[in-house]
Amino acid sequence: MPERIWVYGEVSAGAITTTTLELVTKAAEVGTAEVLLLGSAPADAIETLGQYGASKVFRSADPIFDDYLILPALEAAAALIGQQQPAVMLFASTYAGRDLAAGLSARLDCGAITDVGDFALRDGSVEATIPALGGAYQNTSTLVSEGTKLLVVRPKSFEPTAVGGHPEVEEVSAPGGADVRRVQIAERVDVPVEGPQIEKALKIVAGGRGLKSAEGFAMLHELADLLGAAVGATRAVVDAAWVPYSMQVGQTGKTVKPDVYIACGISGAIQHLAGMKGSKTIIAVNTDPEAPIFKIADLGVIGDVYLVIPQLIQEIKQRKGLIS
Amino acid sequence: MHVIVCGKVIPDTTVPLQIDPKTKRVIRSGIGHELDPAAAGAVEEALRITDAHGGEVTFITMGIADATIGIRKAYAMGVANGLHLLDDAFAGSDTLGTAKALAAAIKRSPFDLVICGTESSDSYSGIVPVQIAILLGIPALTFAKAVSVEGNSVRIQRQSETGYSVVTAELPALISVTSGINEPRFPPLKGVMAARKMPIETLSASDLGLAGAVGESAARERVLTVGAPPARTAGEVIEDGGEGGRRIAVLLAARGLI
Ligand SMILES: Cc1cc2nc3c(=O)[nH]c(=O)nc-3n(C[C@H](O)[C@H](O)[C@H](O)COP(=O)(O)OP(=O)(O)OC[C@H]3O[C@@H](n4cnc5c(N)ncnc54)[C@H](O)[C@@H]3O)c2cc1C
Ligand SMILES: Nc1ncnc2c1ncn2[C@@H]1O[C@H](COP(=O)(O)O)[C@@H](O)[C@H]1O
Repeated sequence: MPERIWVYGEVSAGAITTTTLELVTKAAEVGTAEVLLLGSAPADAIETLGQYGASKVFRSADPIFDDYLILPALEAAAALIGQQQPAVMLFASTYAGRDLAAGLSARLDCGAITDVGDFALRDGSVEATIPALGGAYQNTSTLVSEGTKLLVVRPKSFEPTAVGGHPEVEEVSAPGGADVRRVQIAERVDVPVEGPQIEKALKIVAGGRGLKSAEGFAMLHELADLLGAAVGATRAVVDAAWVPYSMQVGQTGKTVKPDVYIACGISGAIQHLAGMKGSKTIIAVNTDPEAPIFKIADLGVIGDVYLVIPQLIQEIKQRKGLIS
Repeated sequence: MHVIVCGKVIPDTTVPLQIDPKTKRVIRSGIGHELDPAAAGAVEEALRITDAHGGEVTFITMGIADATIGIRKAYAMGVANGLHLLDDAFAGSDTLGTAKALAAAIKRSPFDLVICGTESSDSYSGIVPVQIAILLGIPALTFAKAVSVEGNSVRIQRQSETGYSVVTAELPALISVTSGINEPRFPPLKGVMAARKMPIETLSASDLGLAGAVGESAARERVLTVGAPPARTAGEVIEDGGEGGRRIAVLLAARGLI
């Protein structure tokens, strides 16, 4: 019998997240994919999960999962895992995914593996591939505890593939009582980001501390607009508050795999590379010939962003016939 | 108000870390150590809370002997008590083992708030804080980019995919704070001098009643193999002799990207 592989399903901005679909695809490849979907979800959620290979969805639309952090999902998931004993449960390394995996690992005393890039099942044990220390190593790990193995997987580790299918739905009861209502989500605030979202963009222009100031991003936006690209950034400039966190690429930001990634004034720290080295074409502009970003670039230009990028902008404008 | 900060002391962040293929652990000896920037942010946040509401901060770290350097840094910043979980028996702990040790140490005294960094700068598993909260049976408020304490409750702005959420809970609670939440204070010279003489309490696994429950033998996660990542071959690197921008445009056009 194929092993049952569970996926913690997540919804963001009114849709099942792409990462959930990546995990469902992988789960269906390895065994029987089943999804735990808690809280509000779009009307076509079940259908979408089925399309990507889910055979079953454990579902509760109870608002308690939207209104209170971690604890209701933890109670519901712990009870279901106890009953159903899936072989593996997959979580995306998102805020909610990490929190639930962490809570379950402590509650079930089973541990968890984080930062997983891939995994396989061998004779009932799990072998996870981990790009350790930001990708400087590629290790494999296993969990020696009994029962369900919890894996927290990096986004974009698998390609989501629609295979078609109609999942069975099993209603799950929501936990109640004051104990699970101890952490209240009082308000959700959306911070609008200008232009295309970097997770979905096919082209990305990214800036780092080499731009010297927040104003330097205006030039990157101009280039991005010409290319139809999104703008990304390093943690250094996000921490300096030049740009919002939603633009951060890397280990603790977004993982991206665009067709082209143009890194401007970015050193190429391993934590940044962890989020973008899967890009098809990488172009880097940096004044320092020793900058590690050059080691993974298809084209590296040793030079000043303030000379190279304006010339690139001019050149693209000319090629597009915007100027002569 | 008693605020407890859990923070790591990590190998110098400018030195690329290496893994010992024999023990399959990060090599921590022979490298300078420093207070994890994530821990410094947590200490700063704790001090801001006690500066505003009174009380004191305790710093707890589990780590090798070299970790005292980080405890002294925390003292210099203004922390009142430092606890060092120091024992060979802790070595090789996985995240849950680490969380068990920290939770046991936290429980030794009454507290109002525990502050962690969302992830440590050397292993960034990012799951230890919630594990600690569950083991202690207290609410966890995670990924905070702003924190305020009012009366008996704590309120955070929790980072989200699309912005942030306002999340509240009653004390005692645990919060994890994101990098960049604050600019940690520079320890004043007076603090640095005083820190040298402050005592550091050390605790072993058996002091915490955890002999056999932590360390490599108790770890749920086992590293099987340590290997190199598939290499991405470097392309061409050119000096910008005034043609750099055009060269990029040529490549973009050749690959159908403009
Ligand atoms: C736990 C942890 C998680 C992290 N997560 C992330 C993450 O998710 N994402 C991330 O990006 N970082 C992350 N970091 C931080 C990372 O280690 C680096 O500090 C950061 O990526 C550096 O950003 P930067 O390249 O903008 O800055 P720097 O490293 O300062 O590089 C600036 C570069 O600009 C170049 N430069 C200067 N002037 C010019 C010029 N005029 N023209 C061209 N080039 C110029 C310099 O040569 C230099 O290479 C993390 C760190 C830790 C410890
Ligand atoms: N050895 C440790 N000593 C003290 N705190 C720790 C330790 N390991 C993890 N933590 C806490 O847990 C957070 C997340 O760590 P990690 O799960 O390793 O990313 C850190 O920022 C600390 O607050």
